[in-house]
Amino acid sequence: MKTKLEVRNLCYSYHTLEGETQALLNISFDVRDGEFFAVVGPSGCGKSTLLSLLCGIIGPEEGSILVDGIPRQESHAAIGYMLQRDHLFEWRSILSNVALGLEIQNRYDEEAKKELLKMLDTYGLSRFQNARPGQLSGGMRQRAALIRTLALKPDILLLDEPFSALDYQTRLEVCDDISTIIRTQNKTAVLITHDLSEAISVADRVLVLSSRPARVKSIMEVSFGPEFDRPLARRNAPEFSAYFNELWKELKTDE
Amino acid sequence: MDGLSMSQQEFLAKEKLHKKQVSICRVMILVLLLALWELCARLHIIDSFIFSSPVRIWNCFLEMAGDGSIFLHIGVTLFETLVSFFLVIAAGVLAAIALWGSRSLSEILEPYLVMLNSLPKSALAPLLIVWMGNNMRTIIVAAVSVAVFGSILTLHTGFMQTDPDKIRLIQSLGGTKRDVLTKVLIPSSVPLIISNMKVNVGLCLVGVIIGEFLSAKAGLGYLIIYASQVFPCEYILTETHRAFKGSGSILPPKHP
Ligand SMILES: Nc1ncnc2c1ncn2[C@@H]1O[C@H](COP(=O)(O)OP(=O)(O)OP(=O)(O)O)[C@@H](O)[C@H]1O
Ligand SMILES: [Mg+2]
Repeated sequence: MKTKLEVRNLCYSYHTLEGETQALLNISFDVRDGEFFAVVGPSGCGKSTLLSLLCGIIGPEEGSILVDGIPRQESHAAIGYMLQRDHLFEWRSILSNVALGLEIQNRYDEEAKKELLKMLDTYGLSRFQNARPGQLSGGMRQRAALIRTLALKPDILLLDEPFSALDYQTRLEVCDDISTIIRTQNKTAVLITHDLSEAISVADRVLVLSSRPARVKSIMEVSFGPEFDRPLARRNAPEFSAYFNELWKELKTDE
Repeated sequence: MDGLSMSQQEFLAKEKLHKKQVSICRVMILVLLLALWELCARLHIIDSFIFSSPVRIWNCFLEMAGDGSIFLHIGVTLFETLVSFFLVIAAGVLAAIALWGSRSLSEILEPYLVMLNSLPKSALAPLLIVWMGNNMRTIIVAAVSVAVFGSILTLHTGFMQTDPDKIRLIQSLGGTKRDVLTKVLIPSSVPLIISNMKVNVGLCLVGVIIGEFLSAKAGLGYLIIYASQVFPCEYILTETHRAFKGSGSILPPKHP
């Protein structure tokens, strides 16, 4: 399978007057085309930093990021980033919230609007297109945030703990929803999570990061039979707990 | 109406009652205060020559309204206040945006702004007259100088508190600093700007009155000085009363 994203020897430190915080140390991995790639690691290890680098909000100190074999800055591939919280703007309706990215890139026209309305319909939000974000439940807000990201038609989706603000039941449902949406659209996705079962239930491979500064501990292949195609179904698969224990052990061991 | 459930109707009725109670209480307080004042004056608990009384003020107002002079003075002051108010808002917002846009600029200018803000502007007003002459422009500059520095400082502090994650969101969608400005900063600062406007309208009026004390040929400040030298208190009190009303009606109340 083709490689979509190559990360080579990535290093990053935050500099403040109080001192230097090493966040990433020599990170290397590949993500294949159409793959669902999960990243797990202890809290504060540098996961969000990794996504900010992949998205290009900050530049690497050392190392390189290649998209389709081309350096990130020169590549025209669209990369969508879904942040840890939904950040829907209270002063905009849901429709104009999901149109934010298109507006910024000057691509919001009648046709784009029609597409957005269709997406809102598909994801069960059409009734709320004129509502304010405050009137939506947590799961609906998260879906709106996903539509805002998908509206830009990204080749690669970066998801930063998109479900962590939800209660457990909603979380399972929204995770099931969203990962199915992403899979049916055949996008390449990098999902950050601190929930091991979530990682196993959605991903093709799971990258385990060490505590700060983050280094790659291991990459685990996850594969289930074709009858376990949805995250909720995967949780009932016999291999699930074996994967879970393996991942747990991996995360616990200090090298 | 039939589409609403019982509890919703109950809720709406309750809200309506609450609004009514608030309005009634507002009016009641005013009426009570005026009545108390009049009563005290009539019973000679207070000296009505010094403290005046509502009825005397009203008569005085009618007298001045009769020859139309009061409206001229109110109009002049209102005009000066409005002009300086809009100047303060425009200058305040633009300067605060410039300071937000450049970290160096804001750090360089901060001590100067704090200093300018704490200057006693009323003491500067005589200087302004010497510099700029005895005219309306001077009064407006005096009013602007009273309000503008505090306004810049408040707005800038507010702007700097914009959620960094919201800025990251704009960046992740491919936006620049300009998009952050137009899509996040300005819309999220609307409540701040409005509350700042409410403070500024009062400050501008203070500035205008100070300016008129010193250099005007018309306006409420001029009238007050004139009255305090020539006439009993009715004049001053009517003027301040008018002035309050004038400033209060420029902005809508907070809970419409
Ligand atoms: N702007 C910043 N300035 C200085 N240090 C920072 C900054 N942002 C993050 N850090 C530090 O870098 C480290 C990694 O942060 P990061 O947000 O990437 O962690 P994370 O793995 O996403 O954590 P979490 O699981 O809590 O979301 C943290 O220890 C944090 O203190
Ligand atoms: Mg994080």
